[in-house]
Amino acid sequence: MFDRRLITHFEWLLLLLTLLLLGVGVLGVYSATYTGSPRLNPRVVRQLMWVGIGCLGMGVAFAVDYRRFEKWAYPLYICSLFLLILVPLIGSFGGGARRWIAIGPFAIQPAEFAKIGLILVLARFFHRYAPTEGYGLPDLFIPTVLVLVPTSLVILQPNLGMAVSFGLLFVSLIFAAGLRWGSLLLLGVGGGSGLPFLWYYVMKPYQKQRVLSFLKPDSDPLGTGYHMIQSKISVGSGMVWGKGFLQSTQSRLDFLPETHTDFVFAVFAEEWGFVGATALLVLYALLLVRLLVIAWRARDRFGSLLAVGCAALVFWPALFNIGMNIGLLPVVGTPLPLVSYGGSSLLTVMIAIGLALNVSTRRAIF
Amino acid sequence: MPMRDPADVLGGKNAPPSDGARLSILGILMCCVLASLSFRLWYLQLEEGHSFRARSERNRLRLQHVPAVRGNLYDRMGRVLVNNLPSFDVVFRLKDIPDLEQTVLELASYLPDGQLLSTGGMLPHDPRRPAHSGVVAARDVDWPLILAVESRQHDFPGVSIETRSRRYYPMQNLAAHILGYVGEVSPRELEQASGYRRGDMVGKFGVEKTWDAALRGQSGTQQLEVDASGRRLRILEEVPAQMGQSLILTIDMDLQQQVEKILGEKPGAIAVLDVNSGEILALASTPSFDPGIFARGITTEEWRILHDDPLHPLTNRATQGQYPPASTFKIISAAAALEEGVVTPDMRFYCPGRLRVAGRTFHCWRQHGSVDLRRALAVSCDVYFYQLGRRLGIQHLADYARRFGLGQPLGIGLAHEAGGVIPDPAWKQKRIGGPWYPGETISAVIGQGYATATPLQMAAVTAAVANGGTVYRPHIVKQLIDARGDVVKNVVPEVVSQTGISPEHLQVITEGMTDVVHKDYGTGKRARVQQVRVAGKTGTAQVISGRGGRSKQIARRFRDHAWFVAFAPVEAPKVAVVCLLEHSAHGGGRAAAPLVGEVLHTYFSLVRQRGRTPGVRQAAYHPF
Repeated sequence: MFDRRLITHFEWLLLLLTLLLLGVGVLGVYSATYTGSPRLNPRVVRQLMWVGIGCLGMGVAFAVDYRRFEKWAYPLYICSLFLLILVPLIGSFGGGARRWIAIGPFAIQPAEFAKIGLILVLARFFHRYAPTEGYGLPDLFIPTVLVLVPTSLVILQPNLGMAVSFGLLFVSLIFAAGLRWGSLLLLGVGGGSGLPFLWYYVMKPYQKQRVLSFLKPDSDPLGTGYHMIQSKISVGSGMVWGKGFLQSTQSRLDFLPETHTDFVFAVFAEEWGFVGATALLVLYALLLVRLLVIAWRARDRFGSLLAVGCAALVFWPALFNIGMNIGLLPVVGTPLPLVSYGGSSLLTVMIAIGLALNVSTRRAIF
Repeated sequence: MPMRDPADVLGGKNAPPSDGARLSILGILMCCVLASLSFRLWYLQLEEGHSFRARSERNRLRLQHVPAVRGNLYDRMGRVLVNNLPSFDVVFRLKDIPDLEQTVLELASYLPDGQLLSTGGMLPHDPRRPAHSGVVAARDVDWPLILAVESRQHDFPGVSIETRSRRYYPMQNLAAHILGYVGEVSPRELEQASGYRRGDMVGKFGVEKTWDAALRGQSGTQQLEVDASGRRLRILEEVPAQMGQSLILTIDMDLQQQVEKILGEKPGAIAVLDVNSGEILALASTPSFDPGIFARGITTEEWRILHDDPLHPLTNRATQGQYPPASTFKIISAAAALEEGVVTPDMRFYCPGRLRVAGRTFHCWRQHGSVDLRRALAVSCDVYFYQLGRRLGIQHLADYARRFGLGQPLGIGLAHEAGGVIPDPAWKQKRIGGPWYPGETISAVIGQGYATATPLQMAAVTAAVANGGTVYRPHIVKQLIDARGDVVKNVVPEVVSQTGISPEHLQVITEGMTDVVHKDYGTGKRARVQQVRVAGKTGTAQVISGRGGRSKQIARRFRDHAWFVAFAPVEAPKVAVVCLLEHSAHGGGRAAAPLVGEVLHTYFSLVRQRGRTPGVRQAAYHPF
């Protein structure tokens, strides 16, 4: 019953990269919450627990033949929507919005899990419906509906950042699935002209404020501009080799807020310098390349798109988070995948990587 | 979906993996983006690294939240009931404290015996509490500790003294149940309402709670320059905090003081209402408490004592206490019967001291002989009202009681206000089950049985009789003023309901109530006041039927409650007073009526005294 190819085709490098990034994350959270006391900060313990839970999720996502997930795509999608609907009913408040559900001692963010459900149904759709000359815009009707349902649910929370990441996930998948170039162009033009609408009708004042203070950080030195300035100082002061582990003065002296979640990259860059930060970027690049290679080698479109979805799940949040940390993008509270403190994002990405490992390993089994 | 030739559509196992070219494009795109991030890092860390390193070394900017000063509370004459005093608080920045227990122990040696810093709820690693925010470890500490912390800064890293404002009650316990108290915001309040921050002081009870949104103001932010150990050097930028709005209450401080003195130690409540607006002029409940202990941070021991006291000092008996209205309810029974035409003012019933209804014998407290309505009110004859109740029926009785504002909270704007109970067959079916018995109507008509009301509700009933039949919503806040003293809002009297009782019928009831006080056979003679005609009604509420009583030999919790409700002057009513004495040793006429008389005496002396004082009428304040 056991197939030798399960071992020969196993993507060891991907697993190694994932574990390295997780390690960076645990050390980052440890440093960001370090108080000088010998006792372990509960957040570090919690992060380790989440890594454990994530390994479990990754294991499950790897062990079951991924073609089964194609059959279960809709039930899983609907489950994730159900969780999202629960949020306004039993969710708890945080930062002016209801985004979390408390399960025992843990708070989970169903929107993160909805991303997996979304990848599964979209991959299934494009797998089952594959016109030879590629997809045109009319072919995207059903996928658009599939993505709009969870997107509108997170907009209601309100969580605009999450809605944007659903959109980018969608765009990545339709690109890889083979949307015709012409349609792609049209979509780009249409999306671009929709931005003013977003600005005037959807975005909340505090969100606009973040964009404005990104463009002119000095205009709001007491609000979000402060975070941007402090974050840049933090990164820049790391210089070539960094200040050394646990030596981040920006974090220790509280100049930088939320160092274990949103600004963990800044602390890392401050402590490990240009060398460390670039190494981290290389780790991400290698991880993404491996995922795309898996997508290329996959034996069917479903598996291929799972791997692409996983890459999108890592790439976009990483871009937004690091971009925010180094002052290239406005302050949007997205976690750094596999590194930031926070269970839901960690578990989601690890499940997705489990699926990618799954696709890679079973590429030759029929 | 457009129609396609099925041959052009592949599906299932036939769908090929994604196009290699596109995947390459994706891969190159992603790598390019990451590379550009790396270029940015190059710029920040190598090109500008020296300057950022220098900035981080002299980085002394820190954002700090500045709590707003809470609005004051004034009485109707503009005299301070609650304001703020500076308080020197010990604040811990937990992240900078290497050994919390050691620090607490050392600091405690500067405090008076036994007074320890409260470390409860201050766990250093509470994940929900940001480690860099300050935690108040002790409020309003004395000089020795302030000096120790300020002069030995290096021995106490992470400990600082901050000046904050603290609630101050110049009149101590005065009107404690109305004013309420403040305390540190609870996790539940943080979750439910926006705008609160951990460590904020918020209203927990009384006016402080109900009007918290107006009182608390708008907190500010400061960008501070601090030194390496976090001590502030100067303020660079500031959004100043805005003081909350202050409230002018309807309470009159002089009257309130006297009322509390008159009530003394006896558990009970007195309410004084302006009959023409529903303004609460005084409201006392005993036993009381000192709201000041909440402002400085109540200790567990103090809280335990308050909480476990069998007399429940934190309960406002005037608005939260529900008692059978007893014979004071006869006011409503009489109004209902007159209005429904089941009795006329001159109709007489014979009282032999008891009446048999539906197979049960109901007793009167005395044999009254032949009585009409006025006399029945004056002597509080139960048999008269049994007869009246038989003819009226429970449904009419309940309807009129609700028109008088009973059976539901009045909406006075104090938390935990009770509504009392007005029973009828539907209520009984729902709450207790089973049919309504005729005997229960007989109990209800004299305010016994299931019926309950709060003292303030009975005050509103009395005021409605006095003012011609309008139930005003009793209220406690007259005006909101901002920090400059400008009026932001005037609270206008609101009508809860119109009772619809005709003036002639109210007149008859008023005459009966006047006889209660001014006739020799009246039950409320002890409420008489010089020069003023008073209308009143006594009540003695049985706690347990048959077993109860007033005698001191009976355990306190079985003793009857004593009621007296009154308004005055009869000719042009201005004020309604209600007194309830819980488990009193005597009935309403003997225990409660004299207290009401004293309150009325105080009220009218104050009116006369102020009438003689020039300028009071012209002042911006609101004498009654």
